[in-house]
Amino acid sequence: MGNVPATVKHCLSYEQLVQDFPWLAHWLQEEKEMVPTGVKIRLIDMLSETGLPVIEATSFVSSKWVPQMADHTEVLQGIQKHSHVRYPVLTPNMHGFKDAVAAGATEVAVFGSASETFSLKNINCSIDESMLRFQEIICSAKQQQIPVRGYVSCALGCPYEGHLEPTKVAEVVKRLYELGCYEVSLGDTIGVGTPGSMAKMLHTVMKEVPHSALAVHCHDTHGQALANILTALQMGICVVDSSVAGLGGCPYAHGASGNVSTEDVLYMLHGIGVRTGVDLSKVILAGDFICEALNRKTNSKVAQARGECW
Amino acid sequence: NSGLRKSFMLNTFCSKRNVGSSAWKALPERVKIVEVGPRDGLQNEKTVVPTEVKIHLIDMLSEAGLPVIEATSFVSPKWVPQMADQVEVMKGIRRRPGVAYPVLTPNLKGFQEAVKAGAAEVAIFGAASELFSKKNINCSVEESLQRFEEVTKAAKEAGVPVRGYVSCVLGCPYEGKVSPDKVAQVAKRLYSMGCYEISLGDTTGVGTPGGMTEMLEVVSREVPVTALAVHCHDTYGQALANILIALQMGVSVVDSSVAGLGGCPYAQGASGNVATEDVVYMLHGLGIQTGVDLTKVMDAGAFICRSLNRKTSSKVAQASCKL
Repeated sequence: MGNVPATVKHCLSYEQLVQDFPWLAHWLQEEKEMVPTGVKIRLIDMLSETGLPVIEATSFVSSKWVPQMADHTEVLQGIQKHSHVRYPVLTPNMHGFKDAVAAGATEVAVFGSASETFSLKNINCSIDESMLRFQEIICSAKQQQIPVRGYVSCALGCPYEGHLEPTKVAEVVKRLYELGCYEVSLGDTIGVGTPGSMAKMLHTVMKEVPHSALAVHCHDTHGQALANILTALQMGICVVDSSVAGLGGCPYAHGASGNVSTEDVLYMLHGIGVRTGVDLSKVILAGDFICEALNRKTNSKVAQARGECW
Repeated sequence: NSGLRKSFMLNTFCSKRNVGSSAWKALPERVKIVEVGPRDGLQNEKTVVPTEVKIHLIDMLSEAGLPVIEATSFVSPKWVPQMADQVEVMKGIRRRPGVAYPVLTPNLKGFQEAVKAGAAEVAIFGAASELFSKKNINCSVEESLQRFEEVTKAAKEAGVPVRGYVSCVLGCPYEGKVSPDKVAQVAKRLYSMGCYEISLGDTTGVGTPGGMTEMLEVVSREVPVTALAVHCHDTYGQALANILIALQMGVSVVDSSVAGLGGCPYAQGASGNVATEDVVYMLHGLGIQTGVDLTKVMDAGAFICRSLNRKTSSKVAQASCKL
């Protein structure tokens, strides 16, 4: 494995596979321009060729709220589904869940929050009300043997409430896990977290939910994402969410960056000897494609540097 | 807070995987930030900055609480026009008590001029790669070390502290991989000849926490970790992760550049130095003291970016028109 240093070996065994999970639906949702269906499909197909094991394809929210996702059925039916890749879709309620299943979804995701205010502003209901909605979905999903992934936003801070107690985050994570989510992704929604707050939060959450059922979804708004991900890995987390080309800005801070880029995460993971099964050069190509289609510059530093140093 | 920090670090390695405890220390309580923006940063910016702008930048950084600010470089202006006003800068800055203002001195001549201009601390710049040394300063690593011995000898006699830099510690733009043993060798020579601190530079930003750990393990066998600093470039976005690992290994001195000034001269359009604002944000988030006022650093960053007519490379600064 080359230069994997002993100390890092101690925390990351060679057998651990870190899944990269480009939060495609999320960032496309935040792009101002409407992205043509054909472009979305092509992007997902390119990502399927890279070795990424999970690619979040689209979102079954009402097109009234999120016009960017109006073509959810076409996208899900248009992509070339690879047998070794999973294509979960976001389903905020029963209606969305039924549409998703009808369109061929074989995995879904539900999106909760550790912050009451964020829950109210983002999905128009309290945390408790959202849990009731999710319970409905998870019950139905269980009957149809459809796995459900849970997300908890504001895990390291809320744009409205500011700091959130780790115990509050742990409570919500535990609820989603006990309802039946196989995995819960902890989102630093506004990218305010640092290795300090990440460690404290994980320490508390891991008392309630096993580390093997947790993932981190770090935003790079303050440049802390890779350091936060490294901290999570050191604490035993082995699932990381990221977004190709790091696209998808922060809706709460104009001009600030949002999602951490898959390319930069991969570069770090491969550099520390962690296996991901992903071909970085193919991810860079997919990033190039979508940036050209959106007429945007990549947010990935690896893509920017691109071996021109050598 | 510090108790939790310590226990989190130890718990990390007393894991279920049943591996022995490693030599991980607790995170340092305090980190010294060495601000290299006015020298390393500006040197790599294409626009030549007026002397009064440089002076004002340094003065703003002094007010921000930074304990060390690399002010200028006594290389020949023929090679580095950006630093041609070295004497004026040294004489023009308002030196804050307790703040050090080291200057780069590539050779004895530069050292003598620096002292004449009022420098009270100097820095010398070696490389762990032979090819890089040849291309960058036109001589082999051994020849450069001999030049530096002249400087350290004169500095000792004059009572002037010397800081040593080693570049290409995690990779070289010409040679590719660099052996940690070679890095340790060069670091040891600089330390033995009298440098009080050795700053280990990931010159092209290719390093990751894996390479950083390995390199530091080898180097710290030759030079005490208390005398080591890290100078990470963010060309591949790895800088903060690399700095975090270095802190975990006992390093407590970090170089950074306000607004992330100074691109990577080896990769068009790629970023270079890690931004001081982003480093301070992380350190303060970890409960580590720096003595630095982040808001004032951001002000200094905004000032120099306006003068250079460029956008900041600091993500913290970009996010600062926020919530």
